[in-house]
Amino acid sequence: MNAWIEKQRHLIDFTLASLARRRTKNLGLLLVYALLVFVLASVALYTHALRQEAARVLERSPEVILQRMVAGRHDLIPPGYLERIGRIRGVQQIEGRLWGYYYDPVVKANYTFMAPAAEQVKAGTLVVGPAVARSRGLAPGNTISFRAYSGKLFAFTVAGVLPHASELVSADLVLMSEADFRAFFEYPAGHHTDIALSVANPLEVRTVAAKLAAALPDSRPILREEVLRTYASIFDWREGLMLALLSAAIFAFAILAWEKASGLSAEEKREIGILKAIGWETGDVIKMKLWEGGLISLTAFLLGFVAAYVQVFRFGAPLFEPVLKGWAVLYPRFELVPAIDGLQVATLFFFTVFPYMAAVLVPIWRAAITDPDSAMRS
Amino acid sequence: MIELKSIRKAFNQGRPNEFWALNGIDLTIEAKKVTAFRGPSGSGKTTLLTIVGCLARPTSGRVRLAEDDISGLPERFLTDIRRSTFGFVFQQFNLIKGLSALDNVMLPAFPTGRPHRELRERSESLLDRLKLAHRREARVEWLSGGEQQRVAIARALVNDPKVLIADEPTANLDTALSREFMGILENLNAEGRTVILTSHDPLVVESAAVHRVVSMRDGRLTED
Amino acid sequence: MLFQPAIIALLLASGVAVAMLAAAAPFAVQVIRQWDIASGSERQLQLERRTYLFSTLAAFVMTVQLIALLLFVFNADRMSVMFVGAMCAVGTLNVNAWGFPALIAQMAVFFLAATWLAVNHVDTRAPDYPLVRIKYALLLLLLPALAFAFGLQLKYFLGLKADVITSCCGSLFSGDAKGLAAEVAALKPAPAMLLFYGAIAVSAGLTFAHARTRRYGYAAAAASAGAFAATLVGVLSFVSLYIYEHPNHHCPFCILKPEYGHQGYWLYVPLFAATAAGLGVGALQPFRRVASLREVLPTVSRRLASIAAIGYLLVAMIATYFVLQSNLILIGH
Ligand SMILES: Nc1ncnc2c1ncn2[C@@H]1O[C@H](COP(=O)(O)OP(=O)(O)OP(=O)(O)O)[C@@H](O)[C@H]1O
Ligand SMILES: [Mg+2]
Repeated sequence: MNAWIEKQRHLIDFTLASLARRRTKNLGLLLVYALLVFVLASVALYTHALRQEAARVLERSPEVILQRMVAGRHDLIPPGYLERIGRIRGVQQIEGRLWGYYYDPVVKANYTFMAPAAEQVKAGTLVVGPAVARSRGLAPGNTISFRAYSGKLFAFTVAGVLPHASELVSADLVLMSEADFRAFFEYPAGHHTDIALSVANPLEVRTVAAKLAAALPDSRPILREEVLRTYASIFDWREGLMLALLSAAIFAFAILAWEKASGLSAEEKREIGILKAIGWETGDVIKMKLWEGGLISLTAFLLGFVAAYVQVFRFGAPLFEPVLKGWAVLYPRFELVPAIDGLQVATLFFFTVFPYMAAVLVPIWRAAITDPDSAMRS
Repeated sequence: MIELKSIRKAFNQGRPNEFWALNGIDLTIEAKKVTAFRGPSGSGKTTLLTIVGCLARPTSGRVRLAEDDISGLPERFLTDIRRSTFGFVFQQFNLIKGLSALDNVMLPAFPTGRPHRELRERSESLLDRLKLAHRREARVEWLSGGEQQRVAIARALVNDPKVLIADEPTANLDTALSREFMGILENLNAEGRTVILTSHDPLVVESAAVHRVVSMRDGRLTED
Repeated sequence: MLFQPAIIALLLASGVAVAMLAAAAPFAVQVIRQWDIASGSERQLQLERRTYLFSTLAAFVMTVQLIALLLFVFNADRMSVMFVGAMCAVGTLNVNAWGFPALIAQMAVFFLAATWLAVNHVDTRAPDYPLVRIKYALLLLLLPALAFAFGLQLKYFLGLKADVITSCCGSLFSGDAKGLAAEVAALKPAPAMLLFYGAIAVSAGLTFAHARTRRYGYAAAAASAGAFAATLVGVLSFVSLYIYEHPNHHCPFCILKPEYGHQGYWLYVPLFAATAAGLGVGALQPFRRVASLREVLPTVSRRLASIAAIGYLLVAMIATYFVLQSNLILIGH
């Protein structure tokens, strides 16, 4: 056992020395390798952070949302629906919500206008999300006017800006009083956009939904866990799609690795011949070369991963954000919470180290079977 | 000690350019003696050394090393024998560039897994003996030809082999260095090591240190 | 669902492994047909060199399969949020009929590759390579197994539909469910403990005896397989309960979850290592009378048996530790 460890140490020593001797040749490969890890790790870290963010946001949203459907389309909830639902076992709270979209032609972006249930916002004032504040250059106390879809102009005073945390969802939010909301959109009195229900016990959510569907057949309950599931699969899907697109790059990298590993210089060939002549076995040369591949992989992996981590969590992923987030014109600029996930690291390993090792295996063997007697002739 | 029986070795077997470099060699090499092979270029001296030194397997025929038949052994086992029994000094010295003299000397022992410190001490004492202690950290490409050869000898001895094999050891040396080399050989032989070498150099084959000269031509022995 | 990163990775890994072995297969056939150790011909030298490639490939495939096995379970656990009714890996694996077969095939491939490597290892230690033909015939058998596992995986992943309502550990391992797993889970803790500690004692004892006396090779291998099964039974029927500190939560996968500190890995890693070593002992036994292996084989076999014995003892110790440090009381004092 000791001899085995000692032998591996010797092999690593030799490998390190020979890597150092052929610095320039290995540097190119190392950089390409690290770049590949960097791109893939950025995608992985970024989507994972988004997924976490979405999950955190949804944690605070109601368990069930009820929408009325007319001719298969989402429609307003007419007065009296809240009462018709009445009391359902397990439902802690029911409220009608008021919200809608507004397209701001000035910055060409969509905002979400919303009237919170309790009178949190005074009439004539607004509370805006951070992205809105940023794009329109707003601070508390400023006045802003929006032209309603009816053509009328409305002026509001900004009462406050929402905090940065969970910016992903609140970024494009504009909060206003119920009266302002109804006036702005000419929303019929007593109508609501949808109904939110909170259910304490997760096991009861499905029964509640079934009861709702029975009580109001023209309505559609949307479950939070369902949304969560959809988000999870959308994010994974995006990530997977990116990886599939990047598979061309992975493939090209594998070919490069193969080329590099097979294109031994005459000097390297001579060295392997010498090693074999003076008593190294084919298996020893293979082991030494595998160590070489392993060390290169480890270095590239660490370099690429750390760079990706810094890019995503320090600088907010400027390189991949547009591709991966892409769900509104108005990009929220939010702080991603650093998170590393074991599954992702393992997956990343399969996309980088595995193709590399698979590609160099045969060239390594080819190099290792150099005739030992070649050292006698040159 | 080493017994060769009807050894034949083909290159490019089965192809149009098939070539039989050795054509039926019967020979016994005695232990603890210095044996030299001589013959024109292309007569098969180097090929014969590769077979004796377990670097290659004969296409047919038997090789016996201290009573063991080793001709049919796979490479893996030949390597074990080669590592422990033979030390090689090559014509071009074949040191690994970029490594220090000491590192080069240690190389043949790496696969044995000998503890690093013990190995280092052994290598240093060998370099010491060959008067290279002051150059042990120098990269081999900065060494002179004679120094390089002494590093190669130290490397050949690091696993303490019974047999030393040298192919054209003096081809790249001037007369003085060749004499010095023969002196070293004599010492090693006096320690009880078998030495097998090839040479065109009269200084070598006619030296008093050589006990037996074997002549070759066209892959056969021609009696001496 | 094919566009899940981990799924692509898993398919990539097994696909490449199959492709590699398939590309190597013609050479394996060549070795079987033309091998002649006594010859010094260039063809024979070529063949010998190729054997190095096969050994390296097989070791690579085995390492990859081991990591893939971990990734497979890990990913199944993670994907459980996407299926209604799934709380852990069991739910995901249950989404269609191919989940558990794919997992079992993956484990089988790992054990097959491990035993092949054991045979390969002793063979390369005898100067006449006495098992070369057998070895390469076995390698050719490994290929369909690998391809089969790949096929199952592909079928499973292609059949993952998000709208399926699946059943998870709660129903699969509950007392009133049907099936082998449920019956095992319904086993009372006391007999299950008896079975688990008994099987571990027998296998550790036999492997230890083999390591000391060279005898009982087959028995040690059989006991290893038994101990593997018994440990799974033990995990299902009592170890998991102690880890969850819940009298009805029988799940061999939830113990891998971060909520439970990934404790399952401490149990499964030594278990798999010990079982692979124990099966290796069995795989070597048929060749113990081969003349050139008389010296080598017992050494290797005994070393493998020692690894297995230590592994099983570790499994027993870790399981005992989980039971002792738990706040759950299943058996009255
Ligand atoms: N790998 C090879 N393939 C084909 N022919 C070879 C090979 N190696 C050696 N030969 C041939 O075998 C013959 C013997 O070569 P060898 O090197 O043994 O001669 P030598 O006696 O050592 O010659 P020199 O004195 O020039 O070193 C030569 O004709 C050479 O061309
Ligand atoms: Mg020559």
